[in-house]
Amino acid sequence: MSVFSRGFRGRRQEGPPGRVPPGQYLVDDFPVLSAGPTPETPVEEWTFTITGDVDAPRQWSWEEFLALPSETITTDIHCVTRWSKLDTVWEGVSVDTLLEGVDTSAEYVLAFCDGGYTTNLPLEDVTDGKAWVAVSYDGEPLEAEHGAPARLLVPHLYLWKSAKWIRGLQLLAEDESGFWEALGYHDRGDPWQEQRHWGD
Amino acid sequence: MGRLSWQPATVTDAFAETPQVRTLELDVTGWTGHLPGQHVDVRLTADDGYQAARSYSIASAPEEKGPRLTVERIDAGEVSPYLVDELRTGDRIEVRGPIGGFFVWHAGLGGPVLLLAGGAGIVPLAAMLRHRVASGSDAAVRLIYSSRSLGEVIYREELDRLATHEGVDVVHTLTREQPAGWRGFGRRVDRELLAEAAWPASSSPLTYVCGPTAFVEKVAGSLVQLGYDPRTIRTERFGPTGR
Repeated sequence: MSVFSRGFRGRRQEGPPGRVPPGQYLVDDFPVLSAGPTPETPVEEWTFTITGDVDAPRQWSWEEFLALPSETITTDIHCVTRWSKLDTVWEGVSVDTLLEGVDTSAEYVLAFCDGGYTTNLPLEDVTDGKAWVAVSYDGEPLEAEHGAPARLLVPHLYLWKSAKWIRGLQLLAEDESGFWEALGYHDRGDPWQEQRHWGD
Repeated sequence: MGRLSWQPATVTDAFAETPQVRTLELDVTGWTGHLPGQHVDVRLTADDGYQAARSYSIASAPEEKGPRLTVERIDAGEVSPYLVDELRTGDRIEVRGPIGGFFVWHAGLGGPVLLLAGGAGIVPLAAMLRHRVASGSDAAVRLIYSSRSLGEVIYREELDRLATHEGVDVVHTLTREQPAGWRGFGRRVDRELLAEAAWPASSSPLTYVCGPTAFVEKVAGSLVQLGYDPRTIRTERFGPTGR
């Protein structure tokens, strides 16, 4: 049973039906959350790598990465700290494109990043048009604190899965906890099921 | 570890820290303790069932009565104005937590410890400082705390008392307005201020930075430029996201 808060009304900015997951509120700005200093890797030194359980690792330089076919993605995003932002617009390369022709029996991926951040995902959560490596937000290159030069975008899961400052994907046969997943956050992070923490 | 569930909490005390900031002492059913630096989610329920939840840092040390939360009013916010202006002793809310396993310091981690706070970012860092003293740890701890003016310094008298303990230093900087005769710093925390006032990079401190995003970006970036190992710098950013 709920505990009622005397005199509390709230703002009731509940958003369009079916767009705001339970326990979330809408923001217009774009809050920044990260566990350490913002890494600043010059694009000349940046590469993106597909590694792990693959026939042959793949790597792109920044220039090569920008030459890949990209897509514009308009999507809602949901942070475990309870804010959601609707209709965000990104430009990025589909993970399907990055994995095209890769021969693997892996069922999981671990995204790895500058600064040491990692996050784990089932392969099926990043394929079939569900995930991108984004290089721009709202028509502009990503800002440093939002993951420049590139971040993962997996909008159907809580935003800690959309790893900032991404440098590659490691394909894995077995699931391996990423940074927050080892520190109490849910392994999968589906906002519609409120999978925030261990046991949710 | 079991699922975190919402627990009823009764406000046992509530007092103003500054005109914008208030501390709430809670008695939480089934509270199992916390680590300094952790936060809780707070949920409010209107009489028709509408709910809103937000996260707040725990201010108290594990050794103290509580938990206590210190909340800054975000004027356009949904939950903080209620917590700061409306909630009274004896009222009940719900909390879920403690949450967070990274932005945490406890005596077992040792020192030296460098704490960098901007505004209400002091709250989780004060929990660490209180724990350092309450636990009898001898870890060297230095807090550098940036506020706009003396009137906006949260926990000012308590920080003065904590700073009388051997091995605990508190350095204030007031960025907007300094009283006559002010002997602390009078500018934003930047590379030069850190070079002058922080433990040097060579002492490899465990470093915790908490404050508004712009503060954290500036301070953490400056520390990296000064040669601090980025892996030893833990950050917690917050902003007025309630708009």
